[in-house]
Amino acid sequence: MRDPGRVHRAPENFLDAAQIAEVQAGRRDFLRGAFVAAAALGAGRTVAAEVGDPAILNLPEHSRSLGQPVAARGYGLPSQHEKNLQRRESPGLTRVGGSSVSFAPLQGLFGIITPNGLHFERHHQGWWDIDPAQHRLMVMGLVREAKVYTMDDLMRLPAVSRMHFIECGANTGMEWGNVAVPTVQYTHGMLSCCEFTGVKLSTLLDDCGFDRKNGKFVLAEGADGSSLTRTIAMERALDDVMVAWAMNGEMLRPENGYPLRLVAPGIQGVSWVKWLRRIKVGDQPWAAKDEALHYVDLMPDGTQRQYSSIQEGKSVITTPSGGQTLLDRGFQNVTGLAWSGRGRVKRVDVSFDGGRNWRTARLESPVLPKCLTRFNIDWIWNGSPAILQSRAMDETGYVQPKINQLRAVRGTRSIYHNNAIQSWKVAESGEVTNVQAY
Amino acid sequence: MTGGGAGVTYAGVGRPATPAEIAAWDIDVRPDFKGLPPGSGSVQQGQKVWDAKCASCHGTFGESNEVFMPLVGGVTAEDVRTGRVAALTKPDVARTTIMKLATVSTLWDYVRRAMPWNAPKSLTTDEVYAVVAYLLNLGDVLPGDFVLSDRNIAEVQARLPNRNGMTRNHGLWDLKGKPDVVNIACMKDCATDVKVASILPEEARDSHGDLAQQNREVGSARVKAKAMAEFAQPAAMQPAELARRKACLSCHGLDNRIVGPAFRDIAKRYKGQDGVEAKLVEKLRQGGSGSWGPLPMPPNPDLAAADASTLVRWVLGL
Repeated sequence: MRDPGRVHRAPENFLDAAQIAEVQAGRRDFLRGAFVAAAALGAGRTVAAEVGDPAILNLPEHSRSLGQPVAARGYGLPSQHEKNLQRRESPGLTRVGGSSVSFAPLQGLFGIITPNGLHFERHHQGWWDIDPAQHRLMVMGLVREAKVYTMDDLMRLPAVSRMHFIECGANTGMEWGNVAVPTVQYTHGMLSCCEFTGVKLSTLLDDCGFDRKNGKFVLAEGADGSSLTRTIAMERALDDVMVAWAMNGEMLRPENGYPLRLVAPGIQGVSWVKWLRRIKVGDQPWAAKDEALHYVDLMPDGTQRQYSSIQEGKSVITTPSGGQTLLDRGFQNVTGLAWSGRGRVKRVDVSFDGGRNWRTARLESPVLPKCLTRFNIDWIWNGSPAILQSRAMDETGYVQPKINQLRAVRGTRSIYHNNAIQSWKVAESGEVTNVQAY
Repeated sequence: MTGGGAGVTYAGVGRPATPAEIAAWDIDVRPDFKGLPPGSGSVQQGQKVWDAKCASCHGTFGESNEVFMPLVGGVTAEDVRTGRVAALTKPDVARTTIMKLATVSTLWDYVRRAMPWNAPKSLTTDEVYAVVAYLLNLGDVLPGDFVLSDRNIAEVQARLPNRNGMTRNHGLWDLKGKPDVVNIACMKDCATDVKVASILPEEARDSHGDLAQQNREVGSARVKAKAMAEFAQPAAMQPAELARRKACLSCHGLDNRIVGPAFRDIAKRYKGQDGVEAKLVEKLRQGGSGSWGPLPMPPNPDLAAADASTLVRWVLGL
């Protein structure tokens, strides 16, 4: 039986701590010898250490025989070697799987798009795979004519496709007080980003002739057991909110609201109502459970902020990150994600000394409003301990705060909207751990 | 037909909703009680509904944190007077629903739309009034002889312990809301006294399983699994995992009752009986009620026979 939970040091599991130290001290000849010996053991053959890498010298089966035909898998799957990257729950966070969260494995993702099967999940009363032919959307309330739309109807309307991040308001919520979880999957994994396709909510509101004078808010409601509702101010609803049926080129996944969900760019995921069945126009907010009782931010004076929605500027380094180990000193590509619910990311700075000094990272294109932005920066690791941080700035000039700055205003019991600068400590051994440093 | 900018209309798209359709879905209730249907329910009636349909998750007195956060507790008569829950200012106080609740409509609306957990929208209007009354009685807001109705609910609102405890005066709501926390983008010699204020506690390092198995096998920074052979084995789904995937664990705990009985209690009752496996497989697939109380076990027609057998054998072996 393996050791549960313990992180096993890279580069190779057959190296002990002293041997890793030798590798990192530059004794690569030692590494080669050990590597070949271990590989030879595994392959059951003898290869002289000085001859070369058996992965090159011994032609593998895939180079010597016939591979699989087209359409062997009608819906393609990731390589069998990618099985480590899964959505995972954080043990002890919730008691019931039907009202819980699974976190996206940010430590293993590239670019800005989240693969659909790895998109984080949050359900309030379990998920369903709804028959799209039976699904209906009703738009009613302060409208000239309350209307019912089938999926056929919605897909006839002028469609838009837009890339946006979605982040749960409680993302990083476990770390308001202190470090609590080991990896970026659990610190930041209630975050995903897709290209969504659907119709603008304003198109539907126009089609029903909504009351422009008194219609100040809309209510969105889901068709699941929880029939989750959230209020959205009309100004925002008309700005960039969508009623979407597709993510990343295919229909929504059932866990993400198939066949219809609200996309509310820049604001917390709970507002992106899944399995959307109803839009109501009204003149006052509704004080629904998940905006007036839950998803409220407790301030130090005991007041609770309700309807807190905007996901402010934030970033995190995904490689290297907690639980990983740098394989060797020397050149490293440090990479991560930045985003802002108020618009585009303008700049990302990275510190390697716990925030004393900063360098500006490269932003990869595209850089889109209310969308994840990928950053990269070069780093030569000299083997000394280091503390890595990233700091996002958005186009409004907002600068991602330090955790102590957040706490000075909001205390430690907010739960939601923790967008603090994340610190990863790199030890001499190369081991990376989650710390709070300021 | 209307719609679209620039004179575009969407002729033939969608149709008018009928009054009956609107009535079927228009269930929201606002803080000003718009949408609240007429009706009434007493604390006493509420207790009956509660014991039958709510207590299994929330506890007899709404105090349980077995399945969900506690609903009641933490408020005082002084809070009812001021409309501010004093305990919310104290550090490390667990927050109950009644401590946070500022609008009684929120509670009413939620109970009607989403409760009970496994049978949402099944309560009658009067049952919703009764359950809300009972919960507010448990929460020391209403006396035991109270009858809650659409006519007196505004008076109840005026007694909520945290009715004055909420604010919308912050920058995270309006489209152009102003941030409340300010940092500056200093680039050089910024913090001279950097300290590590918090590290992952030793006991939390193993809390999320083997991190090696949560990272890719290749890459610039990674963790390497100890036993790749184990990882490569095709894993037959373990019964416990199957139970989780099939949502059995939403209603049954291993050792504790949630909505349905604990698995170990089922094992205790049936283990060793003749033909019990076939009987329970049938029950899993067809559903049923009565053996453990009035709440029905829903049918699971999509559950494969082999999976049902696996689950039954697993439960009986607990």
